[in-house]
Amino acid sequence: MRCCRVVGPMWAAVKHPAFAGRPLFVVQPVDEHGQDTGASFVAIDNVQAGVGDKVIVLTEGNGVRQILQMGDVVPIRSMIVGIVDHVDVAP
Amino acid sequence: MYLGIVKGTIVAERKAQGLEGKKLLLVQPVDEHHAPVGDVQAAVDTVQAGEGDLVYLVGSREAALALDPWFVPVDAAIVGIVDGIDAPARDAVDLETGAPR
Repeated sequence: MRCCRVVGPMWAAVKHPAFAGRPLFVVQPVDEHGQDTGASFVAIDNVQAGVGDKVIVLTEGNGVRQILQMGDVVPIRSMIVGIVDHVDVAP
Repeated sequence: MYLGIVKGTIVAERKAQGLEGKKLLLVQPVDEHHAPVGDVQAAVDTVQAGEGDLVYLVGSREAALALDPWFVPVDAAIVGIVDGIDAPARDAVDLETGAPR
C-alpha cells in the first residue's frame, strides 16, 4: 500500500464495465513528511475520499478483488482504502 | 492504473497465441498535466481509443483481466478514455495561506 495525496477527480465516459459507477481519482504518492515522491497514478475510491486528503492506496489487484467481490476477472489494480488522520515519524 | 497519451498504432502480423485480433497502440505514460513519465510502451486497447486520446491503463496481471479470454500474454491494457481531470495547476497556491497546493 502507498501513502498518497488525492490530486483530483477524473472522468471517463468510455471505460471497461468493471469501472462503471466507481469514482476515479488521480493520486500522488507522498513520503513520510508529506512531500511528493514518484509519479502520480489513477485509483478508484472506496472510502469517499476528497481532494487534498492524505489516503492509503492499495496498489495490487488481488486485494482489490477481495474488497469488490466481483469475481476473479476484475482489471482494477489500485484503490483508495483509507483516509489518513495523521502520521507520526520518529525524529 | 496510470494515465497515458496514445501516440500511434502498432501493426504486428506474427503475434503470440492469444493476441490475434487484438489492437495494439503505442502509449506515452503521462502525469495529470500531460507531462511524459517514463518510456513509451505498447498496450492492448479495449475501448477503441485513437491517436491523441488521453487514456488510462492498467498494468501487470490485471491488464490481461481486461481482455476476453483473459489468459493472454499482456501487461498493459487501455481500459478507459479520459474526458477530464480536475487537477490544480502545477503552480497553484492556497489563496488563504499562500502555500503551494
